[in-house]
Amino acid sequence: MKYIVAIIQPGRLAAVHEALVAIGIEGLTTSEVQGYGRQKGKTEVYRGAEYTVNFLPKVKIEIAVPGEQVEKACDAIKAAAESGKIGDGKIFVLDLASAMRIRTGENGVAAL
Amino acid sequence: MFRISPSVLALAGAGALLATPALAQEVPEHGVFVLNSLLFLIGGVLVMFMACGFCMLETGLVRAKNTTMQLTKNVSLFAIAAIGYYVIGYNLMYPLGTWSVDGILSGVIGVAVLEAVGVAPEGADDLAYASTASDYFFQLMFCAATASIVSGTVAERIKLWPFLLFTFILTALIYPFQASWKWGGGFLDEMGFLDFAGSTVVHSVGGWAALAGALVLGARTGKYRDGRVVPMPGANLPLATLGTFILWLGWFGFNGGSQLAMGTVSDVADVSRIFANTNAAAAGGSIAALVLTQIFYKKVDLTMVLNGALAGLVSITAEPLTPTLGAATLIGGVGGVIVVFAVPFLDKLKIDDVVGAIPVHLIAGIWGTIAVALTNSDASFGTQIAGVLIVGAFTFVVSWIVWTILKVTMGIRVTEEEELVGLDNAELGMEAYPEFSRQV
Repeated sequence: MKYIVAIIQPGRLAAVHEALVAIGIEGLTTSEVQGYGRQKGKTEVYRGAEYTVNFLPKVKIEIAVPGEQVEKACDAIKAAAESGKIGDGKIFVLDLASAMRIRTGENGVAAL
Repeated sequence: MFRISPSVLALAGAGALLATPALAQEVPEHGVFVLNSLLFLIGGVLVMFMACGFCMLETGLVRAKNTTMQLTKNVSLFAIAAIGYYVIGYNLMYPLGTWSVDGILSGVIGVAVLEAVGVAPEGADDLAYASTASDYFFQLMFCAATASIVSGTVAERIKLWPFLLFTFILTALIYPFQASWKWGGGFLDEMGFLDFAGSTVVHSVGGWAALAGALVLGARTGKYRDGRVVPMPGANLPLATLGTFILWLGWFGFNGGSQLAMGTVSDVADVSRIFANTNAAAAGGSIAALVLTQIFYKKVDLTMVLNGALAGLVSITAEPLTPTLGAATLIGGVGGVIVVFAVPFLDKLKIDDVVGAIPVHLIAGIWGTIAVALTNSDASFGTQIAGVLIVGAFTFVVSWIVWTILKVTMGIRVTEEEELVGLDNAELGMEAYPEFSRQV
């Protein structure tokens, strides 16, 4: 089992969600986050003074998938989240030690 | 404003048929008194709503952590102005010929007194003018507007109570005293200084008091760091825009009501002309800021467009009657240009004006006062400039002294830690949106 954490542009969430549903991913958690990567924020002007916005708004998606679905899920996220411009985000894949469905007590892949 | 039922219309039609044409056109008995009073009441209500406009504009342009405090200051200052103007301000401003120092200091000291309940025409204070209470109500709203100007500049770091004390002194003494020189028939009026609705008497006075406050108080912590200006963007631009539109609306009462008469064809026509010119000037100011920020910053800055609209309104306030629609648009447009240059210029001088009240009310107010001479042949540039300087010197010096006394005696600034936390939590213990998680 793997745990996929993807940081994407907020405007791409709907497309990524659709792509994941299309390949049969059952569950998805999202949160609004702020941060920066290589892009290092961006420069804006407010009332005549320049300033840098360091932390840009992004959406974080978290999904847990059986090992064999990892590649398909990452490809789907990449395809749907990509604009080709700086700031598109990143996908991290972590090993998932265990999982349990709280209602039934099922364990492992059955809980996903 | 009011609806007339068909039966009343039919009766009126029958009456018109019976009456001779000459009689039908006459203003009813005491119509001037009634219509002038009505103008003051409607105008006064519109100017009262400007308190809401200032409140929303300022609340939108401060950071979220100072929202409740900005709301608190605005509602409190409006109430305090009502007390200050009642207790001493009204009679200080309108001596009606009774001076203790001729043309300078009113000889009538004491609370405002209204006409008796159900006063008869013979008992009215001035049957050729308007009811005293309507005049008092209208003028009070101008006094309160002056105080509203100050709160935006000194936002986000001033303590509540010293600010309110200053407001009381401004509305009870500083504003009415200098206003008597022009509108009370004092020496500025005698020397031919013209200020129709208060580019100088109201707006620049608020601006000078705000400037003195900003200087004595100092900038917000972190605003000017290592030679750089650090912007602190406003939390709620929809509110700031709503506030601007409310001010724009209220200004029709501010300038239109300042005709002070609506009982004749020419007066009503002039009030109408003033409405149209006032609107044109706001449009000119907005468009100037819209275009200039696009050119200079490659993107339009909404907050500057809002300031531009208000600067246009302030610019036309000294003379909203004589310009043509085109001239009014241009006069307002110059106000918008002033804002785009004055906002970064103040930052260069490290004068921290949170909402841009100094460019809008002080600098555009000076421009508007001088511009009177462009369209009104009764005005001269020399007298207009003299009036600006006299009122400016008095208001700035006295305000500076009052702010300094407050600073030395009780302190006017919150601690750096309180400023960092935000005045909502530090001074009031009440957040504007307690259910939302906050991102500083």
